[in-house]
Amino acid sequence: MHRTGELYGQFETLEQQKETATLGMWIFLVTEVLFFGGLFLTYTINRHYYFTAFGVGGNMLDLTMGTANTFVLIASSFTMAMSVWTAQTSRKNLLPIFLMLTLILGGVFLGIKYVEYKQKYDHHLIPGPSFDITYRINHPARGDNPKELAAERQEIGEALRTEDPENPQGALVALNAHTQLYFSLYFAMTGLHALHMVVGAGLLIWLFTESLKGRFSTSYYTPVETVGLYWHFVDIVWIYLFALLYLINRHLG
Amino acid sequence: MSEGLVLPVAKQPHEHYLNATYGIRSWLLTTDHKRIALLYLASVTFFFFIGGFFATLIRIHLLTPAGALVSPETYNKLFTMHGVAMIFFFLIPSIPAVLGNFLIPLMIGAKDLAFPKLNLLSWYIYLVGGAFVLYSFSTGGLDTGWTFYTPLSSIYSNSAVTPAVLGIFINGFSSILTGLNFVVTIHTMRAPGMTWFRLPLFVWAHYATSLIMILGTPVLAITLLLVGLERMLHLGFFNPALGGDPILFQHLFWFYSHPAVYIMVLPAMGVVSEIIPALARKPIFGYSFIAGSSIAIAVIGFLVWAHHMFVTGESTYAALAFSFLSYLVAIPSAVKVFNWTSTLYKGAISWDTPMIYALGFIGLFLIGGLTGLFLACLGIVIHVHDTYFVVAHFHYIMVGGAVMGYVGGLHFWWPKITGKMYPEAISRLAAIILFVGFNLTFFPQFILGYLGMPRRYHSYPPEFQVLNVLSTAGASILALGYLLPMAYLIWSMRYGEAAGPNPWPATGLEWQTDSPPPTENFHVTPVVTWEPYDFKSRPDLGLAAGAQPLAPAHGDD
Repeated sequence: MHRTGELYGQFETLEQQKETATLGMWIFLVTEVLFFGGLFLTYTINRHYYFTAFGVGGNMLDLTMGTANTFVLIASSFTMAMSVWTAQTSRKNLLPIFLMLTLILGGVFLGIKYVEYKQKYDHHLIPGPSFDITYRINHPARGDNPKELAAERQEIGEALRTEDPENPQGALVALNAHTQLYFSLYFAMTGLHALHMVVGAGLLIWLFTESLKGRFSTSYYTPVETVGLYWHFVDIVWIYLFALLYLINRHLG
Repeated sequence: MSEGLVLPVAKQPHEHYLNATYGIRSWLLTTDHKRIALLYLASVTFFFFIGGFFATLIRIHLLTPAGALVSPETYNKLFTMHGVAMIFFFLIPSIPAVLGNFLIPLMIGAKDLAFPKLNLLSWYIYLVGGAFVLYSFSTGGLDTGWTFYTPLSSIYSNSAVTPAVLGIFINGFSSILTGLNFVVTIHTMRAPGMTWFRLPLFVWAHYATSLIMILGTPVLAITLLLVGLERMLHLGFFNPALGGDPILFQHLFWFYSHPAVYIMVLPAMGVVSEIIPALARKPIFGYSFIAGSSIAIAVIGFLVWAHHMFVTGESTYAALAFSFLSYLVAIPSAVKVFNWTSTLYKGAISWDTPMIYALGFIGLFLIGGLTGLFLACLGIVIHVHDTYFVVAHFHYIMVGGAVMGYVGGLHFWWPKITGKMYPEAISRLAAIILFVGFNLTFFPQFILGYLGMPRRYHSYPPEFQVLNVLSTAGASILALGYLLPMAYLIWSMRYGEAAGPNPWPATGLEWQTDSPPPTENFHVTPVVTWEPYDFKSRPDLGLAAGAQPLAPAHGDD
């Protein structure tokens, strides 16, 4: 279909085109809810089956980095909202700045996530043959905080006593397997979320280059708005992931 | 076409969507929904023949009690690959992606779907998914059953499961994007005057289908992704040895795969709802009930999935609830059947080929639907679970229902798609051959199942041979019933008579434009001022000439 200005040929008016694009994005987000929904259900059911092991797993995550990332994403949601507003009000000089800020914050999130994944790798918490929840307490690295290690040792010890006080060896095998299930879900959920962030970053780069050409204004800002919807959705998924993965049954200190 | 009908001399328009541009690029990069529909037509036909090839081998193998053709391991692969090719790559895209794609913009008076590029992307995604699955078929095959139950699929199977689940995962996005495109199009692209309750019932059926595609497919996608990850990386989501829950897989799988049955049959119901009023020359009986029952089927269809798991040891209370809800689906399904029948009553029925398919659909869907009630009954299902009774039941729905609807719809709209009529006599014969062949293939399987022959077995006791031979004989007739339309429809593209804009004549907007339609569908944007299927107020159809008596309207129309 041919395009006249910003109006694609299948539409009669720009208003109809905008309504269509927005509805399309909302429906896409509904499919995303169902997509993540399958994972959230799998997580919830297993959390119910293996409450102790999932608690041990949750306490092995780095709360500082998780919290920092939550703030980074909330900040990026703010800059995204500002991008939509600057586009709506034709502030053509500000729009690229807010888009770039959003992109940078998304990059910071992925950077922190990378550091976290690397840490899990060093602690032998990647699911697979070498997965070992006792690796870190048995092989402390130089920079490790001894208080943290003691807390982790106590956490695992308590979990073993809860699971099977008669047979600590068997309890450890089971706890290790079920914590591995926790980390399988952790990587599947956060990995899929990170993939969505990467897609969002690609969309932001596109918006950024188009905004430099001054394409978006009060009369046409649909792409900024729909990418904004997507970006906020991905942020909201993280808020849920953060609460479910990091905060349940958390032992502070 | 009915004799004695006075029609203007039909001729092809000079320029239409087929000859607007030429060359391979103009097809592979097209964003015209009509051309994309034809791309889908070619590709789903390809997968239909792949699935049909495996079906042929299955039926030949089962000619003798010990199995005539292949090893037990190969037999497992045959029925698995038959199911995967037919369900994911033929039945699910068949009517929506071919007829729906072609017709929805025409029926609502739009120039195209809401997102034409996304529509083309859906087709490419389908091809990529299909390539993965063909890779799986040709490098070790697939032997898990189309249901991919864990831990067989994630650990024990030695066949090429990973590329297959990835292929179906990818293909899922084709389905999701098609559904999304349809819903948005129906919401925002309707012509002036085309209110919701003036929409053709075909469009209502596709709206309901699209809801299932949008809400169900993502769940299957994530589930199969987890199976793929489990298999590649030895994770334990559904592996009991690692603490995972295989029953959870079954819940997630059927949460999509039961509603998927309605993705197959709802569009076929839409086709039948168009054919019957057009060829009985009568307004459809109970328009709003048929429209509403499509939505009801889509909604209730999401609440019945665990009836596939009655023998997995689920709680009695869950089983009772799911049994009850499964019975409930029968109500909107029966509403449709009663309304079609009432439309036929005192109608001026013409025995054109699409009508034969539509009547065939009603009969076969009735048998498929009623045997579904047997299976929803908690007592009987324990006896017939995993037997040929189940195989026969779902083939009556999927082949007797969905495929009859698809082939009937292809005939009904063939004049619109190609501008040419198919040959009438041979096509009626083919429709009857298809009906007879189908019943001979699958009716014996009801008896086999009731007598206790389990599905998916490569051998059987000698006393079941007669029924199996009958079924195989039926399958050869059925094959003829598919090859004939394929041959004469292709023939008619070159040699068929010019059809004219409205050969039936029917009331829908798609019949108001040229056959084949121009690229932008309508020369001027249509304005709808009439109610759906209203023959009486439409002198433009040529019926008022008095050549064809109009039957009196009934009921709430």
